[in-house]
Amino acid sequence: MRQQLDYLKETPSQTAGPYVHIGLAPGAAGFDIYSHELGWDIAGPNAKGERIRIEGLVIDGTGSPVKDVLLEAWQPNSEGVFAHPEDGRTVEKGFRGWGRVITDFETGEWVFDTVKPGPSLGRNGKMCAPHISLWLVARGINIGLNTRLYFDDEDKANADDPVLSLIEWERRRPTLLAKRSEKDGKIIYRFDIRLQGEDETVFFDV
Amino acid sequence: MRKPAEFYQRDRQWHPPALTPDYKTSVSRSPRYSLISLQSSPSEITGPVFGHNDIDPLDKDLIYNYAKAGESAIGERIILHGRVLDENGKGIPNTLVEAWQANAGGRYRHKKDTYLAPIDPNFGGCGRTLTDETGYYYFRTVKPGAYPWRNWVNNWRPAHIHLSIFGTGFAQRLITQCYFEGDPLIAKCPIVKTIPDEKAREQLISRLDLNATIPLDTIAYKFDIVLRGRRSTLFENRLEGN
Ligand SMILES: [Fe+3]
Repeated sequence: MRQQLDYLKETPSQTAGPYVHIGLAPGAAGFDIYSHELGWDIAGPNAKGERIRIEGLVIDGTGSPVKDVLLEAWQPNSEGVFAHPEDGRTVEKGFRGWGRVITDFETGEWVFDTVKPGPSLGRNGKMCAPHISLWLVARGINIGLNTRLYFDDEDKANADDPVLSLIEWERRRPTLLAKRSEKDGKIIYRFDIRLQGEDETVFFDV
Repeated sequence: MRKPAEFYQRDRQWHPPALTPDYKTSVSRSPRYSLISLQSSPSEITGPVFGHNDIDPLDKDLIYNYAKAGESAIGERIILHGRVLDENGKGIPNTLVEAWQANAGGRYRHKKDTYLAPIDPNFGGCGRTLTDETGYYYFRTVKPGAYPWRNWVNNWRPAHIHLSIFGTGFAQRLITQCYFEGDPLIAKCPIVKTIPDEKAREQLISRLDLNATIPLDTIAYKFDIVLRGRRSTLFENRLEGN
């Protein structure tokens, strides 16, 4: 018999189910258990750069908002540095770059506050346009969905971005652009995620 | 920045597909276009880092982490333990594992759960811990009960604990469910059966582990979790054309 390759298989994914909040955002499930919950503060108080708010809906194939989604965000700071030992550079104290939000039980709206990320290093030394990696799970989603949020006021950087350029269907690229506006002096980016339908958001196998 | 090593490609045939009509909720929540395949870049290779400041040692003890002083959760006392490994078989140290589950009667402490089994006043139903330097983790809890859910009229979830694991890079992010050896509901569950391969389904069934059991106190189940592996730096350097 030939030799065996001793790799293990990745544990298969299962849906996060309707009660994901208990585990990952218990305050939202209606009870108070941990002294502090993780993921509420993405950038921390010392982060440099533009403070922004990102908001949106997750919309299902029937056009209805999905009201039991959990989203996680991962981003570098305003200088494109990730808070991770493999980056090798340092970030502002308190900057984690990771956040976790749930959609509102009534409206399905989600929102998080952060700083706008800077351009970051991609593969082979190529620069990527500013973007935030998003991962979403919910009841009915069998394996977490990965997507990226780009900014609609970064035309030049977006045009050169190696990941956006990889999307062969150019008319699908705008599904990854968050739309900038200003409300009461606050910078808001709107990013609706469509799970299905004509304007289905581009999801990645990362 | 050091050269990032890539993750092995995810075996999408091992995981459940997005559209699984027997699990009805997936029908309107499954993308229909194919996923766009990305090779790892720093955005996927890096991920959040957690430390002991983030959590409390009591967080991993679901029997006591929500109980009133001097009281404890009701149910069969169990230890759920194992290692978080990568596909190369290497333990993943210091990674966050979060767990949530129904109580011994099959009821969740959640405003959306209206099942008639009672809430246990001493059971919250969530826990979290960091793996040690070898990738080992454990929780102490009660065995969750089976519960009914609306899919077909008479569907029951097998006893299960939901688990969320981070790994070292955002591309390793995983949520899964751990089942218990010998439960006849496993084979009937439309959510378990979203996974096409029987061997893959078996990977989600924890084993009774008498060696880890505390005699006269707590029974134990072993559940190892495998996250995606990464290429060695040497190989990856060659790929990058150095
Ligand atoms: Fe459940």
